[in-house]
Amino acid sequence: MDLKLHVWRQKDASDPGSMVEYQAKDVSPDMSFLEMLDVVNESLVQKGEEPIAFDHDCREGICGACGMMINGVAHGPQRGTTTCQLHMRHFNDGDVVYIEPWRSGAFPVLKDLMVDRGAFDRIIQAGGYISVNTGSAPDANEIPVPKQAADTAFEAAACIGCGACVAQCPNGAAQLFTSAKVSHLGLMPQGQPERWRRVRGMVAQMEEEAFGSCSNHLECEAVCPKEISVDFIARMNRDYIKATFKGDDS
Amino acid sequence: MVLDAKIPSGSIATVWDEHRFQMKLVNPANKRKFDIIIVGTGLAGASAAATMAELGYNVKAFCFQDSPRRAHSIAAQGGINAAKNYQNDGDSIYRLFYDTVKGGDYRSREANVYRLAEVSVNIIDQCAAQGVPFAREYGGLLDNRSFGGAQVSRTFYARGQTGQQLLLGAYQALARQIEAGKVTMYPRTEMLDVVNIDGHARGIVTRNLVDGKIETHAGDAVVLATGGYGNVFYLSTNAMGSNVTAAWRAYRRGAFFANPCYTQIHPTCIPVSGEYQSKLTLMSESLRNDGRIWVPEKAGDSRAPNQIPESERDYYLERKYPSFGNLVPRDVASRNAKEVCDQGRGVGPGGLGVYLDFADAIARLGKDTVSARYGNLFEMYEKITGEDPYEVPMRIYPAVHYTMGGLWVDYHLMTTVPGLYAIGEANFSDHGANRLGASALMQGLADGYFILPYTIGDYLAKRMGDKVTTEHPAFAKVQAEVEQRIASLLAINGNRTVDSFHRELGKIMWEHCGMARNKEGLEKAIQLIGDLRQQYWSDVRVLGQSGNVNQDLEKAGRVADFLELAELMCRDALHREESCGGHFRTEHQTPEGEAKRDDENFSYVGAWQHGDGKATLHKEDLDFEYVKLTQRSYK
Repeated sequence: MDLKLHVWRQKDASDPGSMVEYQAKDVSPDMSFLEMLDVVNESLVQKGEEPIAFDHDCREGICGACGMMINGVAHGPQRGTTTCQLHMRHFNDGDVVYIEPWRSGAFPVLKDLMVDRGAFDRIIQAGGYISVNTGSAPDANEIPVPKQAADTAFEAAACIGCGACVAQCPNGAAQLFTSAKVSHLGLMPQGQPERWRRVRGMVAQMEEEAFGSCSNHLECEAVCPKEISVDFIARMNRDYIKATFKGDDS
Repeated sequence: MVLDAKIPSGSIATVWDEHRFQMKLVNPANKRKFDIIIVGTGLAGASAAATMAELGYNVKAFCFQDSPRRAHSIAAQGGINAAKNYQNDGDSIYRLFYDTVKGGDYRSREANVYRLAEVSVNIIDQCAAQGVPFAREYGGLLDNRSFGGAQVSRTFYARGQTGQQLLLGAYQALARQIEAGKVTMYPRTEMLDVVNIDGHARGIVTRNLVDGKIETHAGDAVVLATGGYGNVFYLSTNAMGSNVTAAWRAYRRGAFFANPCYTQIHPTCIPVSGEYQSKLTLMSESLRNDGRIWVPEKAGDSRAPNQIPESERDYYLERKYPSFGNLVPRDVASRNAKEVCDQGRGVGPGGLGVYLDFADAIARLGKDTVSARYGNLFEMYEKITGEDPYEVPMRIYPAVHYTMGGLWVDYHLMTTVPGLYAIGEANFSDHGANRLGASALMQGLADGYFILPYTIGDYLAKRMGDKVTTEHPAFAKVQAEVEQRIASLLAINGNRTVDSFHRELGKIMWEHCGMARNKEGLEKAIQLIGDLRQQYWSDVRVLGQSGNVNQDLEKAGRVADFLELAELMCRDALHREESCGGHFRTEHQTPEGEAKRDDENFSYVGAWQHGDGKATLHKEDLDFEYVKLTQRSYK
């Protein structure tokens, strides 16, 4: 199949950027979306034009590096799928595809489709961990974790930090990302000692970054490649309110 | 040169304990006077960085990804081994040690492997305390499963995403130290060379991948946790960015490269679908616990799988290896898949695939149980192939997955360059000629959490007060060389893309240095690689400049190094006139077609020293005091 692409090209952070049109010819339905871009890039290099820059690494849908707006939807039309796992069989001959970088002031564009998601790392640094130095852990089976709690914690922990939730949110809010880590650790017995401090720290950092506020559009859940539930946002909000009442020394 | 692994003497069961007492310690107040450079922040690098920062060292950590959470450790699916014996099925440290040495086809170092098995139990404790959401039983205790090549259930897992959860645990521990100011993190930064002063590693030269700046960093020790080099094959299960550059640059600066030809071909990957293919996707071999592998009995049978009656199917692994069946080690499973495809019995496009069938498992366990165990893998398969594995059998084919070879290290994980360490997949030490399933995560975390933080102190304690800064002329010299190399790549402006060279190199390697190798093919490959390398440096086209994001330039530097490594791999494979583990020489096989070792002549580690024009081979003899050498048999 042949496609017409409109791709956001931006030389660097200070460049205003613009949409540029490209043709993607002889696209096989078995290609991944990124492989389709690889082929376009090879033809650009052959013509002496600089290839389109985009982040990607594992191409198995787990590292969270890739991500772009495809016809206005983060990671494209298939639910529960990262861009690298989206295959061209979901497109048709003659389709016009608009490809843009994540849309969020908190994720500044570095080049073309590549953005800086350092804000996510800073949110984790503000408390998204359990403080246990190497060597000081008790035997793993000394802390039983009810299966249900472990399973729910896992569902939250499955977040790959890709940023689609922020990109799709009309407010550019990072609640789903933040709540996933708050919930993962807050559901485990190991995470209890720092539970209140953690949620306060992470929420404070989230608000310090250029993210917007959550107003329950639920777009984040709809595009999350790991289908993380917005229930975790409610859970984070409950924890945050409790933590606020408990005061700073909790 | 005699390679001394510095293995302490004593009984294998107590030697690590005793040695920890023998090693020198750095006084807690002095630890903050040492700067440690850690390159790579996957399981090994992140765990080492976090642990050493907790101890009080100043750590500078580097990764080429935009965040340490993205390292390719994240893609490991199946699990992590530990000799906990929680299942009361006869496991022990000694058994894990024994299985690993045997699984590695007797080409690993006993003392290292024993230590690995010993600390495996601490790893699980550490990770559980970090909040890693391991699978649990209803009683709240940890669940285990049996995994490729093991007859006990010692594998801990978090659905099909164990690597992700363990990496996030290490990443979070690292984040905590970044917040505490003990680790300075440099994401989107690629190491391009190592700087030695007076024979010791004292720093690195890096390129900032956003603004292109070439920078120098000085330290008291340099740790490479930069992963494996499977991408030399172009198509592999590695991440697109995985590369050999850091290790290769260290090799060119004097670190020996050990057993480069030992590559693991993983049996359960999704087959190639076309020329545009950029990478191969692995599906956890835990699938082999319940899936049955088969091909049609007759060559050229093109019927749909469900049209082929039971009597006309060949469950070849169950037939040939009745006691291990579908759970034979990876190298055996891969070679057998190649064999049946070579016989014309392969399935799917191009005949390069075998079936992995869950029909029996679904009938026995029900769809829900199968889905709970493998749901995410089935989904992934369906996304890539467009076929539903609940209805039609999966098609699988082997793909390059892991490289057992790597920088040579001694018992302290130090390379032949004092002060330069290699941990995780980047070193060669624990898996011999073949790695067992669920052992890569174990080794990465063992090195990073529990081994390097001790052994590095023994080196540093003797180096108090010996400081250098990047003002030392050695830094400017190496920096100039790095800049020169980048300028040369940009100046060629030839006709072919970097990827086209990489693809061609991959085909040469897969054809001649892949699952089966022989003298003629390897000699031919060396010739072809030399020609390709020459052509690369005169005809590659890298556009743009060095002063900003330039992904083509990044790739170009990595492929240039792969073109050198590939030749060394072939030379190593050529010199090793035996078959062992992942290294299968067609000249050396038993009448049944199994790998035939030559313990008399090849029971050694082959470590290569870089030299102008020619690499020199050094040998470290392997002594087996505890595990009796036998021909592996999984029948």
